[in-house]
Amino acid sequence: MATIALQDLGKTYAGGAPAVSGVSLDIADGEFVVLVGPSGCGKSTLLRMIAGLETITTGQVRIGSRVVNDLEPAERDIAMVFQNYALYPHMTVRQNLAYGLKNRRMAGAEIDRRVAEAAAILEIAPYLDRKPRQLSGGQRQRVAMGRAIVREPAAFLFDEPLSNLDAKLRVTMRGEIRQLQRRLGTTSVYVTHDQVEAMTLADRLVVLNKGRVEQIGAPLEVYRQPATVFVAGFIGAPAMNLLNAAREGGAVVLGGQALAVAAPPGAGPVVLGLRAEDLHPASPGTPGALDLAVTHVEELGAQRLVHGHVAGQPLVAAVTADLALADRLALGLNPRAAHLFDATSGRRLA
Amino acid sequence: MVERRPLLQAAAHLVLILGVLIVAFPVWLAIVASTHPQEAFQTGLIPVWPGSHAVENYSAMLGQGLSNLGAPPLGGMLWNSLVMALVIACGKIAISITSAFAIVYFRFRFRMLAFWCIFITLMLPVEVRILPTFKVAADLRMLNSYAGLTIPLIASATATFLFRQVFLTIPDELMEAARIDGAGPMRFFTDILIPLSRTNIAALFVILFIYGWNQYLWPLLITTDEGYYTIVAGIKRMAEAVDAIPVWNYVMAAAVLAMLPPVAVVILMQRVFVKGLIETEK
Repeated sequence: MATIALQDLGKTYAGGAPAVSGVSLDIADGEFVVLVGPSGCGKSTLLRMIAGLETITTGQVRIGSRVVNDLEPAERDIAMVFQNYALYPHMTVRQNLAYGLKNRRMAGAEIDRRVAEAAAILEIAPYLDRKPRQLSGGQRQRVAMGRAIVREPAAFLFDEPLSNLDAKLRVTMRGEIRQLQRRLGTTSVYVTHDQVEAMTLADRLVVLNKGRVEQIGAPLEVYRQPATVFVAGFIGAPAMNLLNAAREGGAVVLGGQALAVAAPPGAGPVVLGLRAEDLHPASPGTPGALDLAVTHVEELGAQRLVHGHVAGQPLVAAVTADLALADRLALGLNPRAAHLFDATSGRRLA
Repeated sequence: MVERRPLLQAAAHLVLILGVLIVAFPVWLAIVASTHPQEAFQTGLIPVWPGSHAVENYSAMLGQGLSNLGAPPLGGMLWNSLVMALVIACGKIAISITSAFAIVYFRFRFRMLAFWCIFITLMLPVEVRILPTFKVAADLRMLNSYAGLTIPLIASATATFLFRQVFLTIPDELMEAARIDGAGPMRFFTDILIPLSRTNIAALFVILFIYGWNQYLWPLLITTDEGYYTIVAGIKRMAEAVDAIPVWNYVMAAAVLAMLPPVAVVILMQRVFVKGLIETEK
């Protein structure tokens, strides 16, 4: 059990652009933090810097009270779960779990106790004497987690551990990881590119883009108050509609039409963010309504996604499945659900 | 092939049977020749069916040898060959697996240079560098010794390259997992890498054992003392009788005996051998 503190952390590969820069983050004891971002955003690099598998160019990593920058991975008191499980193929499940403990010269009886305990928690006891290749993907994933649990480390580091599982199993394992982490109360850092996984697992989300932190916050906070255009477009499914608009005299103007959205004083181009689920059908001609030219419809069962254009810009709206559709659809919007971003800096306005 | 056409199958079998006959016929002749008395060859014809002198020929070769033709009893030569083949095979594997480990898993200065230097020696087999190698061995007083028979043949670019390829197929995550599990480089090597390359080691052992056993030119040069003769070079000495009739029955008996150890190695290790050559799953 420990806190993890990252201070102005940066990583530059020799002869390359910075992969991670200026990341500062304080992770509380027992907290579940998810690093999320598109591929190449530096989230895995950041995790591997915490693990000690990548060298640190600038800044500091503290685990508990120790600065661990120059410590070997094994000395950092962390355990890691890898994307491809990284189980030792020639060892049985039992040997896989015990290997890290054996290397630490732990007494045999204690090793047996911990392995049995982890096997019971993860329900892998029947497979202890099998080789990894005799296990299914989900079982291998459990063994990989077991290898982390037996160590009783200060922190768990997860590097996209569910991306090799099929969709259904992923949802189940997601729930199990969350429950397990709650139960053990071990500080965890989890990397994923899947924003649904990130939203459901995290106590706090760290959204990364191009090696920099875009926003840190609780999942709902990030969802409701995205700090930048990037976060707005990345978190949420379907992705938030981002429309180029302008503000004039305290109102937002889109395609020459003033919308019922209050804007902070000032003038100039803005990006208007509207979530598909915040748009609702309105009677044609309602002042401030958006006039959507429908191109196609995606059926999701409970609702349908209407794709189209407003003032020449693409837009998606989520409507109930029983709505009769024509070529054009008038959409009302909840003024409080509109997000406004500065068009040049990409930062949230108010 | 999943095609099932009788004509095609017959043709395939024909080709295979022909191949087996071509390979097996000389071996059959050698076995047959080793069972006849010496007079059987004086007609100039080689007998095709087994004779009755098998026991005498073999016991003569194993017991007394042909001292007048420079061939001591076969037991000693077989032993020398065995020692030579085993030391060469084990030495080559030990050296090449450690150098492949260094090249794949450590970042040191001139790493690629080291790799290419090893790789380039592929172009310099023993036969090409035989004079300088002999000179070095002679200067180091390695003539007529097991060290002289084996050490100059131990370095192996081929095996290093093979192990490098094997190690490159082992995912990096495994090494990282081992690092987090507290395994230092040497422990990773012994606990993970060696068990994972077990089948490759076995396959390579078979190939290298036969390579060592079949060495001919080098033992012929480096040994002048009967006590260090190897069987393959010994056969040559026997067949090359000056001013005498070659005793083909004895020569063939020696050849058959010389065949047995490699055959035994191949038969015993066949399964791992094939597995090691085709296995891709890691």
